[in-house]
Amino acid sequence: MDLQCIDTDFLIIGGGTAGCWAALSFREHSNARVLIAEKADIKRSGCLAAGVNALNAYIAPGKKPQDYVDYARTDAEGIVRGDLLLTMAEGLNRAVEKLEKLGLTILKDEQGQYVTRGWRNIKINGENIKPILAKAVLAQENITVLNRVNVFEYIVKDNHILGAYAIDIDKPILYVISAKAVLCATGGASGLYKPNHPGFSRHKLWYPPFNTGAGLAMGIRAGAEMTTLEMRFIALRCKDTIAPTGTLAQGVGAKQINSAGEVYETKYGLTTSQRLHGTVMENLNGRGPCYLQTIGITKEQETDLIKAYLNMAPSQSLRWLESGKGPSVQNVEIEGTEPYITGGHTAAGYWVNTNRETTVRALFAAGDAAGGCPQKYVTGAMVEGEIAAKAAIKYMDKKTPALNTDEAIKQLPKGSNVSFTVDDLEKEMQAIMDEHAGGIGTSYRFSEASLKIANEKIQELEALSKHISATDMQEFVYILELKERLTLCRSLIAHLSAKKETECYINSRLENGKISIILRPLVGEGEIYEH
Amino acid sequence: MSIEIRQELCTACGRCTQICPGSLIKLKEKKAVILHPERCWGCASCLKECPAQAIALFLGEDMGGLGARMTVRKEGTLLHWTVTKPDSSVQTITTNSRDANKY
Repeated sequence: MDLQCIDTDFLIIGGGTAGCWAALSFREHSNARVLIAEKADIKRSGCLAAGVNALNAYIAPGKKPQDYVDYARTDAEGIVRGDLLLTMAEGLNRAVEKLEKLGLTILKDEQGQYVTRGWRNIKINGENIKPILAKAVLAQENITVLNRVNVFEYIVKDNHILGAYAIDIDKPILYVISAKAVLCATGGASGLYKPNHPGFSRHKLWYPPFNTGAGLAMGIRAGAEMTTLEMRFIALRCKDTIAPTGTLAQGVGAKQINSAGEVYETKYGLTTSQRLHGTVMENLNGRGPCYLQTIGITKEQETDLIKAYLNMAPSQSLRWLESGKGPSVQNVEIEGTEPYITGGHTAAGYWVNTNRETTVRALFAAGDAAGGCPQKYVTGAMVEGEIAAKAAIKYMDKKTPALNTDEAIKQLPKGSNVSFTVDDLEKEMQAIMDEHAGGIGTSYRFSEASLKIANEKIQELEALSKHISATDMQEFVYILELKERLTLCRSLIAHLSAKKETECYINSRLENGKISIILRPLVGEGEIYEH
Repeated sequence: MSIEIRQELCTACGRCTQICPGSLIKLKEKKAVILHPERCWGCASCLKECPAQAIALFLGEDMGGLGARMTVRKEGTLLHWTVTKPDSSVQTITTNSRDANKY
């Protein structure tokens, strides 16, 4: 394998929404060098590869950032970071205005005001949101984009980040990247649990199957503190296509009904988790399957819905078109997904200070990788990227560290030929998590005893995973991804085991190979939290 | 959920190999091929990038797919989405990036 050393000032790992926005924000305030390392291509990578048709975090006229904080706090039953939510909410509308200037189409009324869905959503055409962001990034001087480069390990000395190791997806190249500050903008994790369709369509997930939890796993291995991983995100989605349901529920007012045609959503409540809980309970009590009641919408609404889904989840439009049964004549069946870890929806992720710096000095986190700040969605991820980028500037006067490249080569996985494959171990991992750590198969339930079994079995798989070898770079990446997921599974199980009715944050840190749980008191808005 | 690449239409431009967020498409003997169709997310990025409409999206049988194929043709701000069913009937829906979602 060839070795290439790269020196930069601000390394951004992951060129999704948060990463691209952080790069643009950094350039507004500093002339230092920025490098985005992206394992795919920033034009269509991350959660928004397929598009998105609403910006779900926006403050409509008459409402305040504090209202957004209150909404997110209620949804998470109080376990949120007030300081993070408020600083995020304060930047939402500014981010939207900038996105519009870059070319994003936003629905407006005759007076030129954004048309809102409720008080915190605006309607857009976000099919091209990633190409828009990528174009803006590529137009900037001093931002280098390394596409198809997979970062797999941080370089940390005395709890201070010095850079990262990466490999090329196509060619046998090992990169040693040194930087004065690093932003983890990798996204969260899917693929920890058995999916809705474990066969050929096993990657038909809501959350990208390519978000492997790499950033979180690298942080765990480097001893960074993690928070609230026990808050898994389980989405309520259209059956089979796992397409979003909000466009139907909020957009055309479709109610959740059971197989008897009874509206059950009012019985359980309308928060994200209550909508899912109600559906699980109706199924468990023999009143499934459940649907969104769309029969009766107009043909015009149906055509608009097909277009709306083409811009974010084209499989749902294809389903309607190929079956010839659109939502006006057939209700849309709904189901829960397998659990994901994503800081954009729940509070799971890195434990950060108010400036989004992690417990590892000069390592920042934003977007789905950053914890404590749920319901940030697209625009909130952008604001976090901006906050982290501004804070990272304070490290730019420091000298770039000289790195020992011999250490990098030692980091590379060394395999031996064994009879099992990455796919075998991945399926086994997902089955363990499904059965013992609250997956779809157990209606998301688990017990202390089942988590203990899960923990033992995941550690067995971790040991086995050390023996797989790769024949090309792509396979090599698959091995790394499996290990990332296993690392995250172990931390997740530790958090689920610690989950109790407490008024504090459940945090964790890997110390000498063992995960310790740390309970921390709540942080409110207006406070500045320092590690 | 996956894609199929019609070899006779592929011009080997390589754009799909660059854009796929899962790095699942490679050029082999001057044709694009998907190495692990079961790893496809169904995001349709490659469909939009392909200048020859050689790539089609389909729903796997295990998720209730009925065999239709969907391709995309770009024209300025327009995307023409064409669904061809097994009985050869064809339907095209056009979206415009200047039109916002109404819902």
